[in-house]
Amino acid sequence: MRARSRLTQSNLAGWSFALPGLALVAVFIILPFFVGIGLSLTNQRLISPNPAQFVGLENYRNLMGLSVLTIEPERDAAGAIVRDDAGAIEYPRVRTFTRNNPDYPHLQGMREWISWQSRENRVVLLASDVVFMKALVNTIIFVAVIVPVQGGLALVLALLINQRLPAITLFRAIYFMPVVISVVVVSILWRLIYDGDNGLLNNLLGLISFGLIPPIDWLGNPDTALGAIIGVSVWHSVGFHMVIWLAGLQTIPPSLYEAAAIEGASKWQTFRYVTWPGLRNTAVLVLIVITMQAFELFAKVDLMTKGGPLDSTQTIVFQAVERGFRTQDIATGSAISVIGFVLVLSISLTQRYLTRSRHE
Amino acid sequence: MRTITLGLSSVAVLATATSSLAQDQIELWFNNAGNPAETAVVERIVNDFNASQSDYEVVAQSFPQSTYNETIVAAALAGDLPDILAVDGPIMPNWAWSGYLVPLDIDQQKIETFLPGTKGYWDGELYAIGLWDAAVAMFARRSILERFDIRVPTLDEPWTLAEFDAALETIKASGEFEYPIDFGLAIQGEWYPYALSPLLQSFGGDIVDRSTYLTAENALNGEAALEFGEWWQSLFTRELAPGPSQDPADRETGFLEGKYALSWNGSWKALGAIDEFGDDIMFLPAPDLGNGSTIGAASWQYAVTSASEHTEGAMAFVEFMLKDEYIAAFSEGIGLIPATLSAAAMTENYAEGAPMHVFFGLSEAQAKLRPVTPGYLVSGKVFRESLANIANGADVADSLDAAVDAIDADIKRNQGYGH
Repeated sequence: MRARSRLTQSNLAGWSFALPGLALVAVFIILPFFVGIGLSLTNQRLISPNPAQFVGLENYRNLMGLSVLTIEPERDAAGAIVRDDAGAIEYPRVRTFTRNNPDYPHLQGMREWISWQSRENRVVLLASDVVFMKALVNTIIFVAVIVPVQGGLALVLALLINQRLPAITLFRAIYFMPVVISVVVVSILWRLIYDGDNGLLNNLLGLISFGLIPPIDWLGNPDTALGAIIGVSVWHSVGFHMVIWLAGLQTIPPSLYEAAAIEGASKWQTFRYVTWPGLRNTAVLVLIVITMQAFELFAKVDLMTKGGPLDSTQTIVFQAVERGFRTQDIATGSAISVIGFVLVLSISLTQRYLTRSRHE
Repeated sequence: MRTITLGLSSVAVLATATSSLAQDQIELWFNNAGNPAETAVVERIVNDFNASQSDYEVVAQSFPQSTYNETIVAAALAGDLPDILAVDGPIMPNWAWSGYLVPLDIDQQKIETFLPGTKGYWDGELYAIGLWDAAVAMFARRSILERFDIRVPTLDEPWTLAEFDAALETIKASGEFEYPIDFGLAIQGEWYPYALSPLLQSFGGDIVDRSTYLTAENALNGEAALEFGEWWQSLFTRELAPGPSQDPADRETGFLEGKYALSWNGSWKALGAIDEFGDDIMFLPAPDLGNGSTIGAASWQYAVTSASEHTEGAMAFVEFMLKDEYIAAFSEGIGLIPATLSAAAMTENYAEGAPMHVFFGLSEAQAKLRPVTPGYLVSGKVFRESLANIANGADVADSLDAAVDAIDADIKRNQGYGH
């Protein structure tokens, strides 16, 4: 109750100080957010002479539509299963079901996303928008990998440079350097490093393995492209989180370390029972910041792979920009943004809940 | 110090403002920021125009080409379009259909002799006019063709699919080159539909069905298109050409450095090749892959926007640009095909008998416009993604089907784009 009365009464000065900021937030964040939700329910184009129409949830259905199709094997006249030369069962092509097949009107225009074998049948998970599904999965993989890797590596670096050694500031500067380089420069630089024929990384791998590792087309191979982008991202932003960890480390009172030393704690015990509990709030901050930043992956994809090869580096934000601006379909772009927002919000809330302080 | 400079510059601005008080300002936006040669010619025309009359003052501003279309669309949304803008030929129908361009009201006689690819028609009206066209050719070296005993194709008798394929295999077998041919897949932009959709057309397919412009079904996933797709994919599985992950630097210099024996490249890169190889360089016509030889037509053009408050002045400027001396100057500066023969005669490279005159013949005999429809903005992009996916190993039929679905869905969402 006290909080409420403080907010409503005798705080005119406070509110008037906050007003310009609040107005900016309202105009540039809250309003566009609701406009985005509104647009996602229409067929609005960026530029078009046609008036926009309300289409309900159609954009969401087009993006998220999923369907399962069980395909029976091809059988010859005698009813035996047809096998190819290698002995694999032959199935009719998915496109015979999804293209103009009057028996399967609900599958019209859907595409194969994932398929697997179930006894002799082939089960296919069809999606209305395979590219968006891949973008969704890629983004989640990216976040799931980058949060522990980048957060952990940043902590290790912070521990390394949190020592009184000669020239330690030099190391701090070196580790932090990538953060201040523009993402455009970083992406172009790493395109050269990752080059499939004579890139630095391939040369290096060839050198240390005495030519045993053949050159890999890092950005041109669907199996390595997302990993390559994860690598650049970690390299680029690990220094930033290192500094946050470092700030956290320096708030831990030296007396605690002295006490631990007197008690005869080992290095690991000191870390486990003094350092780590002291970094609790920092850890929550780092976790949430990395998660949010990771969901925004766009510039590196745009500059290095354009979502390819074979959609292996599509991401949610990249798709939102592609559809919203580059193909002028702002309605679908808005729908993608809304889906992305819901995803980030639910993950952040879960993280908040899991990392909540138990003393409150 | 900063305040002083600021103060000085605002004085300067004020001074210009007063001196041109009687003049109406006309804004011109074009797409080649960072290209000093083109910018210089534009500035020269602007200065000449401003000096030639006292009613209008043209102010030119350049933007980077890779994000130019997005810049214009954003400006259109913000109600901030200039009076005159440069527009890429195939994109023009989209902006005209959206109501951001007005038909050009210029003297028809002035453009009578212009190459057909320089005239941007939509819905029967002239919306844009270009001072140059571009052409794509097979860059080759006489010495290499002779060494491998490969016939030199002519416009009347271009390479057939079998001949072209055999030539690539022969060069590949020699092991002398990283790849026999380079299609420039590093350039992930308009290059794909511009330079590569003619190969699909040469098989008998197309990006959309041009009889109605309402669907891509059969055009992009019919027999011919599937054949094209299989062949296209085989170029990469057989390692005859570098794929989409090609280093952009290799695209720029790979042919000149001898990494690639052939290069499918634009006329604007011809100057560099001539400098490097002199008499050895040849610009060969597109192969006939079954349904005739085709290359893309139309390059960047100029149009007047509906946002212009001084349409008359804008039209006057566009008309002013259409002079042989300027056409020749652009061609000299950026190596593109001059829009008229009379201008070509004034240039070093396109005059009769000069090394690049051959592009005139290519343009005349083989050039075909990309689909003239507002939907090209989307279908061209979908085509590019599909081609990259196929080159990267995606299933041909599935990729083309997906492209057809995407294009058809977009046409439907736009109620047929006014066709």
